[in-house]
Amino acid sequence: MGTGLFGLVLVLLVAAIGVELFRQSFLSIQKFGFSFWRTDVWDPVAGQFGALPFIWGTLYSAILALAIATPIALGISVFISELAPNRVKPVLVFLTELLAAIPSIVYGLWGIFVLVPAVRWFETSIPQSMKALPFFAGPPFGLGMLAAALILAVMVIPFTSSVAREVLKSVPVAQREGAYALGATRFEAISAALYYARTGIVGAVLLGFGRALGETMAVTMVIGNSPKVSLSLFAPQHTMAAVIANEFSEASDPLYLNALIEIGLVLFVITLIVNSLSRLLIWSVVPAAESAA
Amino acid sequence: MTAGTRRRKFLSSIFVAFCAGSVLLALVPLALVLFFVVSQGIQSLNLNFFTHMPAPVGEAGGGMANSIVGSLILVSLGGLFAVPVGIMSGIYMSEYAGTRFASMVRFAADTLNGVPSIVVGVFVYGIAVLPFKQFSALAGGLALGIMMIPIIARTTEELLLLVPGTMREGALALGATHARAVFTVVLPSAAQGIITGIVLAVARIAGETAPLIFTSLNNGFFSTRLDQPISSLTVQVYNYASSPYQDWHRQAWAGALVLVMIVLTCSLLARFATRKLENLSSR
Repeated sequence: MGTGLFGLVLVLLVAAIGVELFRQSFLSIQKFGFSFWRTDVWDPVAGQFGALPFIWGTLYSAILALAIATPIALGISVFISELAPNRVKPVLVFLTELLAAIPSIVYGLWGIFVLVPAVRWFETSIPQSMKALPFFAGPPFGLGMLAAALILAVMVIPFTSSVAREVLKSVPVAQREGAYALGATRFEAISAALYYARTGIVGAVLLGFGRALGETMAVTMVIGNSPKVSLSLFAPQHTMAAVIANEFSEASDPLYLNALIEIGLVLFVITLIVNSLSRLLIWSVVPAAESAA
Repeated sequence: MTAGTRRRKFLSSIFVAFCAGSVLLALVPLALVLFFVVSQGIQSLNLNFFTHMPAPVGEAGGGMANSIVGSLILVSLGGLFAVPVGIMSGIYMSEYAGTRFASMVRFAADTLNGVPSIVVGVFVYGIAVLPFKQFSALAGGLALGIMMIPIIARTTEELLLLVPGTMREGALALGATHARAVFTVVLPSAAQGIITGIVLAVARIAGETAPLIFTSLNNGFFSTRLDQPISSLTVQVYNYASSPYQDWHRQAWAGALVLVMIVLTCSLLARFATRKLENLSSR
């Protein structure tokens, strides 16, 4: 049947994205090679392009966001699938879906005018003794890594929790009933179920990671957009997606544009790997056709 | 009760409390975002917002008529690109489920779904802006379309799998060809669900900004031309939010409120329709 042709379009589209990004970033790949990813000087005026600060900012913000979001997301999925009364379940599912439905730009707007001032207040009010730690060094801008990580965490929670819920649903009920029959507490029965579904749970967390890596608008509006490698949560930093969003339309010089597209290419490859891995893990627990997350 | 049992019960109740606490914790940002968007947005939201053009700096009021029309055009264009490819590949995945190529298509759909929206923007810039040296509504629509395809494809697949196999078999038994059975029996019975999938895709795509900032760009004037840059609600909110002017910030909040309402309406519509369909098939 001809429908396979349209399926082919889908497959080719993914391939075309990779090829096109590679083609368009050729100048930069040729000129800088691997040093592009090892140098931290980003100076468009001098024609010096090093992408280390962006890779750093992307990974750091995504990992921080994951550290905040994962326990909360798993807690939510356990609560909805195992603990909540049946009548409350659909309401909670709807509310968490709402969290995913709010557009990134709206999170960003809220971030600029509500979250960032709150973070600035927090940064000015922590005790001086804590300022000695590298994580809290630097002046309190409000805009910076902490605000970005918080907003990313909020945006990742619904994705991780909905997949984790589906994974938990695939654990046979008999298994939990068996645990209860042996006198297990709720915690023991549920942790057995979580352990049984561990591959899928890891997949759910990875899916959240992939989302966090590629998130653009909300992050670019609150992270401060400064290409510096820093451990400090208070420091304005930058991410791969944010630098593309910010500088793409002003990149007049071909090398500059190519450098930005190369960042896009690497972002594409990284998210591709993370997402594929997470799909494989999720699919090993939940049948593929059901897990349209 | 022995000390061990007491400890286990205690641990268990801490765990339950933690799970309930996470739900509450996640609802805090949701409530805060909705509260601020509504309370700030409602102040500048009036009829003028929908019918007037943006006001110059320093002048209060004005609206986003051009951006609202622009967003409608962009989303329609996206749908035009995505609906045929999405539905057809969805049919393929469900009809040939289990074959190697069907899993490949499914994998491609999920991969495409996970590609960061900014990367889709860069890709479309390379194929539809750079060659013509012209930002255009068409390029923006294409970017949105690429993001809609996997959503439509996967919902179509899912819903076609819900159609009872006996219906397909009945059609085949009456002598229909495979294609005819799919297009005249299976597809129509899932039609409502597929429309739901499209609405859902619109809900997800209407709020996208990143794929538009360098494909359809923005336009300060009223434009419906497809070969010219066009304004959109999201890019306009972004520009207003990053500006230093109070008046523009107010407009940004109003724009955000309109966006949230659009997205919410579409998601709610889609939700009720799917629930009805699922009830139908489980009967």
